[in-house]
Amino acid sequence: MNPEKVVFGFFIVLALTLNFGFFVGDIDNPDHHHGWELFAVIVVNLIATVLKFGDRSQMGAVLLATSLVAILQLIAAALVWTIAVHATEAGMTPSTMASIVSLAGGAMIANVVSVVLLIIETVMLRR
Amino acid sequence: MNHIIFLVFRRMRTPLLALIVAYTIAIVGFVLIPGRDATGAPAPMSFFHAFYFVGYMSTTIGFGEIPYPFTDAQRLWTSLCIFLTVSVWLYSAGTLIALLQEKTFQRALAEQRFARQVRGLCEPFYLVCGYGETGGTLVRALTERDRRAVTIDIKPERIALLQLENLREFVPALAADARSPARLLDAGLNHPCCAGIAALTDVNATNLKIAITAKLLNPRVPVICRADSVAVEANMASFGTDHIYDPFGTFALYLATAIQAPQRTRLFEWLTGDARRTPPTSRPPPASGRWILCGYGRFGKALHRHLTAQGLELVFIEARPERTGRPEGTRLIVGPGTEAPTLEEAGIAEAVGLIAGTDDDANNLSIIMTARELNDTLFVVARENQSDNHGLFCAVDADIIMHPSAIIAERIQLLLATPLLADFRRQARRQDEDWARELVERINALVLKETLAVWELTVGLDEAHAVQTALDAGTEIRLATLGCDPHDRAAPLPMIPLLHVRGGERRLLPPGDLPLGRGDQLLFCGLPIARARMGLTLQNPHALRYVLTGRSHYEGRVWRWLGPRLARRLGAAERARPTSTQDAEATRDHR
Repeated sequence: MNPEKVVFGFFIVLALTLNFGFFVGDIDNPDHHHGWELFAVIVVNLIATVLKFGDRSQMGAVLLATSLVAILQLIAAALVWTIAVHATEAGMTPSTMASIVSLAGGAMIANVVSVVLLIIETVMLRR
Repeated sequence: MNHIIFLVFRRMRTPLLALIVAYTIAIVGFVLIPGRDATGAPAPMSFFHAFYFVGYMSTTIGFGEIPYPFTDAQRLWTSLCIFLTVSVWLYSAGTLIALLQEKTFQRALAEQRFARQVRGLCEPFYLVCGYGETGGTLVRALTERDRRAVTIDIKPERIALLQLENLREFVPALAADARSPARLLDAGLNHPCCAGIAALTDVNATNLKIAITAKLLNPRVPVICRADSVAVEANMASFGTDHIYDPFGTFALYLATAIQAPQRTRLFEWLTGDARRTPPTSRPPPASGRWILCGYGRFGKALHRHLTAQGLELVFIEARPERTGRPEGTRLIVGPGTEAPTLEEAGIAEAVGLIAGTDDDANNLSIIMTARELNDTLFVVARENQSDNHGLFCAVDADIIMHPSAIIAERIQLLLATPLLADFRRQARRQDEDWARELVERINALVLKETLAVWELTVGLDEAHAVQTALDAGTEIRLATLGCDPHDRAAPLPMIPLLHVRGGERRLLPPGDLPLGRGDQLLFCGLPIARARMGLTLQNPHALRYVLTGRSHYEGRVWRWLGPRLARRLGAAERARPTSTQDAEATRDHR
């Protein structure tokens, strides 16, 4: 067992599960989507991205690309949240919440691809 | 991509992870700890404010406490976080900067940049391995003739020198070991535009390795090598290296030719010389009598090989014959040539020539100065090992200064820049002295005091569009046509055709009635203006037609319409006043 692979797999799967946790619920209901969850998703995704640095294989390159996509989407979501709460008069509205959650949903697709790739790589290794 | 870049990325993981974790801990703490606003009501910090505060705290910018003055609990957490985030930030930033500055990483970047520059070349280029004196001279000569070059040298300071050099073309350069095939491939060994490889490092084994690599990986490209010993030369020739230059053999042959055939040497020097192509004025070396040669190393052996057949009396002086061996059938005096007794023992008083050919410049200079004191009519040949000392050798006033690097560079430059001239040289070596004297006189009459230009021409659409088009249309064009001035066809251009090559057939001094054909190669010498005027005839169909027929035609819609009308007018005027002009005749003809 390679401990590096355990940490790697852990963070990639955790990124997906946390992302899913933030995503579920009514899309425009702020009560269903908590800020802490988004924060955790962003931190875990950042760690997962950094862990993918420096992999020479084709698989490594695609994994890094999916993580970068997820990070981009999540940071956009965090920015929308921050601007809505701190820089607009209206504050958090259902429509703002909907766009934050849809951005996080996009990031979740990227995380799903990441996990699928990880599984494919593992299966290929077993053969 | 290079593996070093991946390695650097991999090493960046730890500092980046440390940064993320430290920031997360600090931000989570600030969001959890309850704050209070100015009225004392609870005011929890948002993620945005926490990130903002941690951001300027960790970088020690310190804008103060926001959004409200901190409670004691918050201050306690801040004082802990300062130590955590500031130290992690310093560690991460320091590591990242160190990684980016790492030598191996920088080198990997330089290699990639170099490979990209070479890939981007789209004109023929020469790959010069070794940017020493020979390589440097060659690169300068190539770029001065608008040829592209790429260079590799193992010493970074030489590559730095190249960047300081004011070359006319951009020369991609890399400090790397040319023995590595990967570097040679980066440098364009397999590039479709690679026109040749010159292995000019000062290490024989390296040159050998470059030649083998080139011959194996790209047999199409000609390989030019420098070899300082006969064994290496034979080794290189064994696997088909195209041109091998041994500086000492080359110079010894040159000296032998200069003694045997001064006129031919003069002709070659004039046509190929670097001395701005003015006629050489130095006296010819004496062809009989005693020559004293100091040093029986590589140079001395080459001289022995080439000069023994000349009917000269040779005397060698060598300080350590047990190391160099003894020349067969020639006198050898043991002792340093720098001292008068040794020179006197060799018979300096009756000698006609002296060759100071040791591998030490100070000794060579000393030999010349001592010998001149003993016999001031000597013809002196000096071997210059380091070009730094060129000023000293000029001051000591040697008749011929032999510089191994410069000789090789000159030969290769000749071969690469004007291959026909190298061909001409080979052909002319078979001619006798009278032939050479006659040609020297012709050239002399042609150029008088001006500088001589030597140029090549390949008949084809690129270099001779008008001529090739006319040939395709069935017009016969003779060589003499090119020699007519397109401004006044009665006046011949000041130039001499030296060589004509068609297929494998070579013809020295081709006659004017020679019909030209596609793919013919020609070598000319003459005044620069002749070259420019000939270019007009070659490329411009009107100029060519004028030179061929003596008539100018109307071209273009307006002139085709206007011309005949004008001609009719002129014709009418002419009938009234019958003095024919060439133009009017031409227009009538056209009508």
